[in-house]
Amino acid sequence: MQASHVLSVANLSKHFGGIHALNGIDLQIHEGEILGLIGPNGAGKTALINTITGFYRADSGQMDFMGHNLVGRSLHEIGRLGIGRTFQNIRLFKRMTVLENVMVANKTYAAHPWSAFWGFGQRRKAVDEAMHWLQTMHLSHQADVSAQSLSYGEARRLEIARALAGYPALLLLDEPAAGMNEGETEALIQDIQTARSQVKAMLLIEHDMGLIRSLSDRVVAMDYGRKIAEGSASSVLAHPEVKKAYLGEDE
Amino acid sequence: MIADHLFFTCINILLAWSVYVSLLTGSLSFAQGAFMAVGCYASGYFTAKMGLPMLPATGLAALISALIAALVGYPALRLRGIYLILATLGLTFCIRVLLENMDFLGGIGGFGGMKGGDLPKAAAAVVLIGIVLWLLSISPLQRVFDAVREDDRVAAALGINVTAIRLIGFSAGAAIAAVAGMLYGHYMSFVRPENFDVTLSIYVVLYLVLGGVNNLYGAILGAAIMTLLPEYIRFLADWRPTVFGAAILVLLLFRPDGLLSFRPRTALSKHGRALNAPGV
Repeated sequence: MQASHVLSVANLSKHFGGIHALNGIDLQIHEGEILGLIGPNGAGKTALINTITGFYRADSGQMDFMGHNLVGRSLHEIGRLGIGRTFQNIRLFKRMTVLENVMVANKTYAAHPWSAFWGFGQRRKAVDEAMHWLQTMHLSHQADVSAQSLSYGEARRLEIARALAGYPALLLLDEPAAGMNEGETEALIQDIQTARSQVKAMLLIEHDMGLIRSLSDRVVAMDYGRKIAEGSASSVLAHPEVKKAYLGEDE
Repeated sequence: MIADHLFFTCINILLAWSVYVSLLTGSLSFAQGAFMAVGCYASGYFTAKMGLPMLPATGLAALISALIAALVGYPALRLRGIYLILATLGLTFCIRVLLENMDFLGGIGGFGGMKGGDLPKAAAAVVLIGIVLWLLSISPLQRVFDAVREDDRVAAALGINVTAIRLIGFSAGAAIAAVAGMLYGHYMSFVRPENFDVTLSIYVVLYLVLGGVNNLYGAILGAAIMTLLPEYIRFLADWRPTVFGAAILVLLLFRPDGLLSFRPRTALSKHGRALNAPGV
């Protein structure tokens, strides 16, 4: 397991008042892997993603992303370095079309306002590129509809397409299957496999253990802002600390 | 007479657009009166005192106004909502007091000697700036602005420098207001700091709200109605602010997006179809 890491987090802490959302967590994401992140509600999983991506400022600890220190960087710097994410509570641009949601994530437009204003020549290319990501997530037939008219499952896939459009090296998926039915989840597994080939590594937060088992190369379990277990999916799910975290002391 | 009314309609369209551009990135500005004053005084100084032709004087004045907007905006645009409104209102007061105390610009007594502002020039400015805003509305930059307005943190996570985008919108608005100020000053040929009162800044925002905030044609409609209507309904002249206020209240109750409410289509779509989503 000494493969080169894409992201290395060491002793990372974040608290809100007296609540330790992250309590000195250590975590590595290796190149080429999908790391599953599980834990009960409030364990700090989303807080970890938010801290990595700059939505929260870490109180202490180190974060290294492919040689770049992430601590203290602003949101857009971290986005441009190559970390993409989706949101547990879907955050699409509802007043835009599906295609436009993907196009604003185009690095040329996001980073260079002037070419976004004047780059007529690049527009066809940018549209084609965005359509490619929509095809990848099976949304191309919806390109021109409003993002707010998408179904739950489609909206979650659009979030993935939007994240991929920025060519991230690391993709952080926050409960991509939440609210999906069994059929949708099955299809999502295929889509995440496809997405995987586009990025260097992926972090997958999920409560659906079937999804975690079928996708994760490695699993980390969290509780109270700490890492409580790490290893293969089956070994982590069988870990006594993990069982205790999910089921309570009496188990 | 009619030329006068149309001239002021043009001025007010420009001012409403200056609010619109800033609002595109989610920043509601009540400082347009201040930027208009900067444009008016700066261009007036260049033409009347230094003898520059009107066009370069306008360009320089717009640049100065945009620079002031960038300097003030860099800290102020981190504020949102009511705090940003207060900051921009504060700027309007500051500029007025500054002008009252700058003796080389006439101070409280006023500044004069500008000439050459007329309807054709105002109309040309409206057409030119309208074309630029239309180009913006069909460009991907419009959607980058939309993204910043709709969810600035998600936009930032996609790699968009939210502060820079807001500064672009705010400064562009300041430059447009400066052009309006130039036209106003060179039409009136004598201005005083009190011409750029805070009520002007508020009126300008209301023109836009009345016409519709989410497309560039709303500003034209709002400014035209609010400039022309009082001129032709003379008996309402004394009641203008009251009628205006009541109209805005009624409008906000029944058409919160303004009279003209539709979303401009961008040329982003491969198929070129416009979006017709409910509630947009």
